[in-house]
Amino acid sequence: MHFNYQIEGGDFTRAGHASSEVKKVLKQLNVDPSVIKHIVVALYEAEVNVVAHAYRGKIDVDIDTDKVFIVLNDEGPGIPDINIAMQEGYSTASQKVREMGFGAGMGLPNIKKNADILNIQSEVGKGTCVEITTFLNK
Amino acid sequence: MKACPTEAIRVKHGKAVLFENRCVDCGECFRACPVCAIIVEQDDFDKIFEYPIRVALVPAVFIGQFPEEITTEEIYSELLELGFTHVFEVEHGAEILLEEQYKYCQEHADNKPVISPFCPAIVRLIQVKFPALVENIMLLKPPVDIAALYNKKKLIDAGHNPEDIGLFYVSPCAAKIVALRSPVGETISEVTGIINMNFLYNKVLTAIKQSKKETCIIPSRMSLKAKCIVWSLTRGESVNSSGRSLAIDGIHNVIEFLEKLEIEENTDIDFLELRACDESCAGGVLTSGNRFLTVERLHNRANIARQKLMKGIKSKESIMDYYGHISNHIEVDKIKPRSMMKLDEDMAEAMRKMKKVHDLILFLPQIDCGTCGSPSCSALAEDIVQGKASLAQCHFVQRTLEERKLFTREESVKTLEDTWSSDKFNRKWLLNL
Repeated sequence: MHFNYQIEGGDFTRAGHASSEVKKVLKQLNVDPSVIKHIVVALYEAEVNVVAHAYRGKIDVDIDTDKVFIVLNDEGPGIPDINIAMQEGYSTASQKVREMGFGAGMGLPNIKKNADILNIQSEVGKGTCVEITTFLNK
Repeated sequence: MKACPTEAIRVKHGKAVLFENRCVDCGECFRACPVCAIIVEQDDFDKIFEYPIRVALVPAVFIGQFPEEITTEEIYSELLELGFTHVFEVEHGAEILLEEQYKYCQEHADNKPVISPFCPAIVRLIQVKFPALVENIMLLKPPVDIAALYNKKKLIDAGHNPEDIGLFYVSPCAAKIVALRSPVGETISEVTGIINMNFLYNKVLTAIKQSKKETCIIPSRMSLKAKCIVWSLTRGESVNSSGRSLAIDGIHNVIEFLEKLEIEENTDIDFLELRACDESCAGGVLTSGNRFLTVERLHNRANIARQKLMKGIKSKESIMDYYGHISNHIEVDKIKPRSMMKLDEDMAEAMRKMKKVHDLILFLPQIDCGTCGSPSCSALAEDIVQGKASLAQCHFVQRTLEERKLFTREESVKTLEDTWSSDKFNRKWLLNL
């Protein structure tokens, strides 16, 4: 099954909308609650990343009986060095964003922790593509 | 039907039908029903006389139901007049819970936040709607069960036969009744029977109003600590927990917060007090008094209790005398999720059903009018896929079918009657137009 959602950069009030929707769908599909938690936490972090850094983005969610595959594509500044960005505590977030409780530098590491496979491709000045794969029959 | 926070109610033949696996016993339907068609079952009051020893386990909010001029003593003595041999306020149990809760939170620091199991409707809500959070629920007995344990043990120690002891809980809501009758995390409850709070309120108030006596028996009782008096009110538990805690009341507020909690892993909240009713137990569906006045009365009483404590006035007895016995029995079994959200056990089948639901929704008007007997268009679509409803129940679909000559006017009326019963068609009046 396929679902897609749009994300608007800078709109923190709507951040988490896609995660909530995906969570609801996975519950209806009787996916194990602890697996849902991992998927949704990873997606939420990724969603917030797009809101915080990019201009706009889209999320594509593919649900199969054996895995959930999520792709987040954004138009934004891109990540110059993915290895550094993957370090815990590394953050480029502005003061404004930090005041809202985001930007602690835990986003990408947290996604990695919760995903079975994480793939990030980024082009500076164009955008970032994050792919999160979670297997359901572990 | 629309008042139900878990969409557990449908209308069939003019009556509310309940999907029991979705019901969390919150009592919102009881509150909302305009004709009082929903009743909360209770034990026959005379059942208490089957026991030589009859203990009334009364929550502090019961005292708060009465106008300020009726004293706690009057209420207590009237309960004895009505036939109870002992009156005990359940919040004494909170004194022990406080200690145990502190230990529990420290032992479970790796699985934050700890969610209080105080409100049984919330426990059930988490089971059916937020299965991933079930493991955060604190596995300790609520004050009422602690109070029951204490009274039973104390009376047995005083030489009474266990079979002679009847423990009757005066419940402010439906959820606590169900929790005691069919507990989630423990096999048996020590509580013998349940009396609805509004029923007992009427009985006590009538007796007080009609009483011509100048004097009354003043029962001896343990003084209830200020913390315990307000335990069942909003923030009653959370103020006592160490670390960061939040108190949320009102089931819709709780749902909103849990939705958020489920998607954000990095929360540094240590303790969550969640209550289904607005103003917590003071707003229970079986209460009679205004909830804000109840809260005020309890806070006033707590202030007096604090002053007494400052003056060094203490009762000789304390529930803490039985701390050892109770703490050995305070834990409850693991709570299991019972998700209501799933469309099917089998994921592939659930996906097929979801596809059908999405297709069906396109035929529906998306105005959630409820005329079909389901609370929303999406609920109807799910009901159809689960074989519990038909598409023709939708008024808008009916009209479209009539237009295409696929449905007769009579069939339309019949379908509506099946949902809302023929009483809803006042034909005589309309035909005279």
